[in-house]
Amino acid sequence: MSEENKREAGRQEETAAAEQQSPPAAEQTEPAAAEQREPANTQEVSGTEPAGAGAEHPNQPQPDTMPEHPDASASDKPAEPAEPAAPAAANADAPSAPAGEAAGAGAVDPEREAKIKAAQEARAKRLAAKAAAGGEAAPGDAEPAEPKPPSPKQPWLDEAVELLKSEVHPEAVEEAVINELAGDMPTITVKAEHWRAAAELLKSHEKLGCNYLRNVTGVDYEAHMEVVYFVINLETKREYAIKIRTDREQPSVPSAVPVWPSADWPEREIYDLLGVDFPGHPDLRRIMMPDDWVGHPLRKDYVPLDPEV
Amino acid sequence: MGFDLEQVRPEEHEELKRNVLVTSLEQLKGWARSHSMWPLTFGLACCAIEMMGTGGAHYDLDRFGVFFRPSPRQADVMIVAGTVTKKMAPLLRRLYEQMPEPKWVIAMGSCATAGGPYVRSYSVVKGVDQIVPVDVYIPGCPPNPAALIYGINKLQEKIRYEAKTGKQVTNR
Repeated sequence: MSEENKREAGRQEETAAAEQQSPPAAEQTEPAAAEQREPANTQEVSGTEPAGAGAEHPNQPQPDTMPEHPDASASDKPAEPAEPAAPAAANADAPSAPAGEAAGAGAVDPEREAKIKAAQEARAKRLAAKAAAGGEAAPGDAEPAEPKPPSPKQPWLDEAVELLKSEVHPEAVEEAVINELAGDMPTITVKAEHWRAAAELLKSHEKLGCNYLRNVTGVDYEAHMEVVYFVINLETKREYAIKIRTDREQPSVPSAVPVWPSADWPEREIYDLLGVDFPGHPDLRRIMMPDDWVGHPLRKDYVPLDPEV
Repeated sequence: MGFDLEQVRPEEHEELKRNVLVTSLEQLKGWARSHSMWPLTFGLACCAIEMMGTGGAHYDLDRFGVFFRPSPRQADVMIVAGTVTKKMAPLLRRLYEQMPEPKWVIAMGSCATAGGPYVRSYSVVKGVDQIVPVDVYIPGCPPNPAALIYGINKLQEKIRYEAKTGKQVTNR
């Protein structure tokens, strides 16, 4: 079933549900009116032509899309909004922990606290709105999905978490999940202060041996920043995504260049566009923007000098 | 070495009418310049592909006296074909300044004209006319070879008009 068909089915379901009791003639014109993609003249043609070939056309998609719709919505719709909601909740909760720690450590700018809180709230609100919109599309039967079988990559994750806790530091791992939206990528959130040791372990431990760094990215979550390292063992294809959360005002993540030299340019790029500092990097300077550029353009609060002309 | 019109024979007069042309030096210069415009190769993005296609065998810019030059010192016209980033802008300005007078600029495509689809980008110059004076703007994303040829024709027209009237079509 193509995506377009699915959308069409959803639209038709809405209109059909609203007027299930109405006579078939009304049902015939209603979906045609709802279809914006359909050129206007097609509708006219089907209206003016005798109830022959033309009038039949809007009816045609109904027999095959209508019956298919209920199981389509029952199988994947309730599952979809439920999944992003869970990590979102985890995300919203997690950054409050470092903030709390900082408050305990010493006098912290209340303004900054408020800013972080506001960003978190705005984010939570947006996510809630999104979830609500998703909930509307799927009608009330939000049954809890069956417990899924564990991912085939779950053992990799467990093993790495175990090793990180025993070899690096018991508190090194903040969070460990299987990211189902990214091909079941085992995703581990590591504390910044333990990242260097964790990187050494990931690369050199005989069980892990992730000797190839595939990619490094940075994300601005408004409440905090995150740097993600994607590593893989080229022999066993064992892969991990390692996330390191950092403060947004003074973002700093220990560099991985001493462990994987190929982190050099990606880290420069993240420094250039997001302003994350990488202590331990041999040559941390801008890589894309001109050297005299002011600001870091991919930060959410970046204001360009010439928005539009 | 006197030249007496009285003594010109009728057949000689016919010859003169066919072979002697009277014009102003300015117009003569305009005529020569407009038919030997050598553009600086300045391809920056997908417009450059169309520019290359225009220079190729099918559209054949050579027949208008347009020969691409690799050096700004041999060029008369700069065809800015593509997206100008803020990092490229100072280099573009320098190359423009290295071209000998008289010189012209064609802004080819919507990026060079006004930023195009990157108008909201932090890194793109919103129109090359913020850096160098532009004579002809060619719309399109990218403009096809016929549009580029039309733009070059417009520039030729402009050069001849300015030479003939002494007026400037646009302020520079």
